[in-house]
Amino acid sequence: MSIIRMEGIRKIYDTGKVKVEALKGIDLDVDAGELVAIVGPSGSGKSTLMNLIGCLDTPSEGIYEIGGDNVAGVTRDQLAEIRNRRVGFVFQNFNLLPHITIVENVELPMLFGGVAVRERRDRAVELLTRVGLGERLDHKPTELSGGQMQRVAIARALAMNPDIILADEPTGNLDTSSGTDIMSIFTDLWKAGRTLVIITHDPALAKRASRIVEIRDGRITSDQRNEEAA
Amino acid sequence: MVTFKDVFRQLIRDVRNEKLRTFLTIFGIVWGTVAISLMLAFGTGLHKNLIKQTAGLGDRIVIAWPGLTSIPYEGLGKGRRLRINEDDIAAVRTQVRGLKAISGEYETNMKLDYAAKTMSVDISGVTAEFGAMRNEIPQSGGRFINELDDHDQRRVMFLGDRLKTNIFGDADPIGKTVLLNQSPFQVIGVLIKKPQDSNYSGPDAEKAFIPSSTFRALNGDKYVDNMIFQAASSGETKQVIKDISAAFGKRLRFDPEDKEALSMWDTTEQFHFFDIFMLAFNGFLGLVGVLTLIVGGIGVSNIMNVVVEERTREIGIKMALGAKSRWILTQFLIETLLVTIFGGAIGFAISLGVCAVFPAQLYEYVGKPEVSPVVALFTALALGIVGLVAGYFPAKEASRLDPVVAMKL
Ligand SMILES: Nc1ncnc2c1ncn2[C@@H]1O[C@H](COP(=O)(O)OP(=O)(O)O)[C@@H](O)[C@H]1O
Ligand SMILES: [Mg+2]
Repeated sequence: MSIIRMEGIRKIYDTGKVKVEALKGIDLDVDAGELVAIVGPSGSGKSTLMNLIGCLDTPSEGIYEIGGDNVAGVTRDQLAEIRNRRVGFVFQNFNLLPHITIVENVELPMLFGGVAVRERRDRAVELLTRVGLGERLDHKPTELSGGQMQRVAIARALAMNPDIILADEPTGNLDTSSGTDIMSIFTDLWKAGRTLVIITHDPALAKRASRIVEIRDGRITSDQRNEEAA
Repeated sequence: MVTFKDVFRQLIRDVRNEKLRTFLTIFGIVWGTVAISLMLAFGTGLHKNLIKQTAGLGDRIVIAWPGLTSIPYEGLGKGRRLRINEDDIAAVRTQVRGLKAISGEYETNMKLDYAAKTMSVDISGVTAEFGAMRNEIPQSGGRFINELDDHDQRRVMFLGDRLKTNIFGDADPIGKTVLLNQSPFQVIGVLIKKPQDSNYSGPDAEKAFIPSSTFRALNGDKYVDNMIFQAASSGETKQVIKDISAAFGKRLRFDPEDKEALSMWDTTEQFHFFDIFMLAFNGFLGLVGVLTLIVGGIGVSNIMNVVVEERTREIGIKMALGAKSRWILTQFLIETLLVTIFGGAIGFAISLGVCAVFPAQLYEYVGKPEVSPVVALFTALALGIVGLVAGYFPAKEASRLDPVVAMKL
């Protein structure tokens, strides 16, 4: 079953003076259980595509269905609900709230999702323990290393048990060894049956994915299964 | 469901984390509240003081003297002497609506002895009501004549401050006994030094007051020398004067239009000038207040704007995680509300504190400043609304952005 289905997706940024066509017609299906690596040069439209998949932004044209539901014409509140329940996002620059503890950060999606206080806390603790931060629950993000912050972000992405995990250059701000650690967490999640889409510059990391999609200048230029995955 | 508790917990966190901004916002509201509360507090104090200064004679009272009739009435000739006793006053008191207080006054000159001194003193026989109407305020440690004194015909005496100095010098007279026509009287209080620029039978500072009933028993008087009365509000004074004339006229059978039978002095007339003056003064204060509010409001709204600007990224992240715009706006609303209440309360407390430590020696000149909770509430509310408007709309804008845009801002 495909979780993501895109057909003829175009995205045009209108900055007033100039119009930039970041995506020029994307057709993409992602099935449950896939680990998709998206590669391509900087400025080719990878992040734009990822933001559309995650419903952080809306396409200028084309059809987009997530979990079988068409995203076109839904209200802003419904979009918020989709982001909350179906998608877990991991960003290159972490996007954690700096002033609250990491447990509270992980609790946030559950707060918006209406999970009860106790359950929220228990699940946040459990997830953070699973990514190896069980000893630092009451730390603020700023007190952690980059690799640790990204692990918090992963725990947060898992909080609502989403259909799909999206990661936009999750290792881009990390040193090689913590990057490898983070990638291992993603592959472990994939082996446990989760669906992931990860943007990466690093060919070594891409090799661990089950499918590699290459984007150039707003178009998909190559889409290959990777038999030697993980 | 996102509960109020969730919003509240989030708020506590935010306030804790945004110490400087929260502090600045609260400071703006506190400052505005203090400035306006204190200004109006001193304005009110000054106003009251002004009234008190001119009210040395009494608090918007009317003085009435029974005299000779000048118009024939119901077969009775003119030139008849009008005599008013306590029963007449008691009867009229119940008949006139809008009459707040009325008291007869009996006057004579008596011989007063204390130690080696003997002097001739103006004595007034009056009631407790008289004291309130005529602003006979005792110095600390003493009191004016009360209802029990009058009821029990007690031999007690309240002294004018200059008279007290004449008799006792600097010594404390409270509890001392003086002789009035050879009868012993105990001193219960001394008048504060009060400004009195008009009088009808000598300044109060040089008189002594004893209970009305005691006076009558001592001198065998039955009829008042004059009466003092006061309307419930100064606006009703004219009507009360008419009704009093009519009530006495009916009871004692004289023409209510007969200005000589019962002649009156309406002291409220001299207050009209001050009313106009205070209106202008309050207008000025109001203007200053509005300007203060505007300046304070600009401060608060600037801070709120910065808050939203700085928080746009945070709002973006929250929306990316699934927060609906309602959630974000509710948080903003409650936050502004609590900050307003908190700031207003602190401002009110500070204003109270300033008034409390304001030196009492200065009351004589500028009056006693009085903080109005209503003013403080409205000021804080006005500033809160400014902050809300300044914060709410940018927050609404931010929550309308696509999360990805908000996050990048
Ligand atoms: N918010 C935006 N406004 C205008 N242009 C944008 C915006 N975001 C991205 N772009 C443009 O769209 C193109 C694709 O950008 P992006 O998706 O970030 O590429 P990548 O993630 O592959 O580096 C670039 O040319 C970029 O300048
Ligand atoms: Mg990018």
